Amino acid sequence: MGVGITVEHLNAFYAKTQALFDVNIIVQANHATALIGPSGCGKSTFIRCLNRMHETIPEARVEGTVRIGDLSVYNGTSATQLRRRVGMVFQKANPFPTMSIYDNVAAGLKLNGFRNRKKLDEVVQKSLNSAALWDEVKDHLHKKSGASLSGGQQQRLCIARALAVQPEVLLMDEPCSALDPISTGKIEELIFQLKEQYTIVIVTHNMQQAARVAEFTGFFLLGKMIEFDKTEKIFTNPSDKRTEDYVTGRFG
Amino acid sequence: MPPISLRRRVTDHVMTGVAVLTVALVLLPLFAIFAYLVYKGIGSINLAFLTQTPKPVGEPGGGMANAIVGSMVILAIASFLGVPLGIGAGIFLSEYGRNRYGDIVRFVSDVLNGVPSIVIGIVAYGLVVMRQKHFSALAGGVALAIMMVPTIARTTEQMLLLVPQAIREAAYGLGVSRWRTTLSITLRTATSGVITGVMLAFARVAGETAPLLFTAFGNQFWNWKSDQPTAALSLQIFTYAISPFDEWHRQAWAGALVLIVLIVGAVAAVRIAVRHGTLAGA
Repeated sequence: MGVGITVEHLNAFYAKTQALFDVNIIVQANHATALIGPSGCGKSTFIRCLNRMHETIPEARVEGTVRIGDLSVYNGTSATQLRRRVGMVFQKANPFPTMSIYDNVAAGLKLNGFRNRKKLDEVVQKSLNSAALWDEVKDHLHKKSGASLSGGQQQRLCIARALAVQPEVLLMDEPCSALDPISTGKIEELIFQLKEQYTIVIVTHNMQQAARVAEFTGFFLLGKMIEFDKTEKIFTNPSDKRTEDYVTGRFG
Repeated sequence: MPPISLRRRVTDHVMTGVAVLTVALVLLPLFAIFAYLVYKGIGSINLAFLTQTPKPVGEPGGGMANAIVGSMVILAIASFLGVPLGIGAGIFLSEYGRNRYGDIVRFVSDVLNGVPSIVIGIVAYGLVVMRQKHFSALAGGVALAIMMVPTIARTTEQMLLLVPQAIREAAYGLGVSRWRTTLSITLRTATSGVITGVMLAFARVAGETAPLLFTAFGNQFWNWKSDQPTAALSLQIFTYAISPFDEWHRQAWAGALVLIVLIVGAVAAVRIAVRHGTLAGA
């Protein structure tokens, strides 16, 4: 089951440049939350703070508190432990190129020491099913490399890979930005189903996408969270003038 | 579409011709050397050459079997020591060495690459031979290992740097620790490039003579102990080539041919093994 996320007074830095300013947000469990805003506004930085990917960049650091369920992200939790509970799908599909489709999905478990072959088979099938990819790849699970799939399939493979670790939260950083409308449609459909089991935070440049998949939407501008509310409200009746300008296409 | 002008078509053909010519020029010396080796050496290669030890001067026949095996033993020792060390150093440089310490290691490694091989031999002499009080295959292996390390380290570094950061992030995102990611993801993704570097280093040291002169030393007889003076093809070729006997000259040519075939064979075998383990579309 998914869990909620609470972020309080989050500041993030790249060396001396501050990228996020005092962000506060409460993400509901088992809902999809979209983050929108112009390029460079800090959306990606923000979700990378949720699973501590931000700190893998040299000289990057974070201040503030993030709680995921009962887990305090920046206090007494190891980054590797945390990331097993908070899965991530990246902007560009990044399957492991030298691994078979099967090994790609099983990677998270295998590399963390899980070896039970029968259980792995089960998890791989279940994850590929959840990612709506099973039927397309079931005949060459072991023969084909993850990199041999099409772009849309690769992204669904990455989703399956993230699901195989059985996380509670799924972070998606512009997962459809490199995909055609049909693949995008499939992934959006997927997000709808995944909400039942996971809490989803999705960064997107596509406002229609945010409107389609998310119950809640946050608008970022210049590193600040300008407005966070029900998606419907953000797109029809925002409280802030800047949000209105952005969603109506007056800038950005 | 408008017709392509004559000038453009001519230029196209000329440039293609120039490109083909440069390829031929690069390949020519390689084939010339190989052809000449076959021409001079093939006549002396027979079962005796591949299975017997050298005969005393004046006696016809005999072979280099002990040197062939000796070379293999020395190269095995060198690879056993040099490959893990080189790959380890390469991992450090690429994954942890984007700083001043890395710069120091890079600089030292490049300098080591330029040290004359005979000097490396002296180092191995001091490190191993002086302690053991006699020449040995181990000393020869150590000398060659030292020569392999900088090449392997630098190519491994370059190959690991080619692995996109996104691949590492994918592993981190699954909760895989950094060292596991480096070994099971980054290194694995770069395998074919890393192996190219290893084979380059291997081929380079396989024919080295100078560092073996006072480490492996050479041996006219069979030796199966790695702590005893050991024959090597390159040493045997050197000894025979500077001798005044025609029979030995012919055997030196044959030895050189066998050495080249062994190196090419080893490189090809590793390449095929790697390709065999690679998935479709990878």
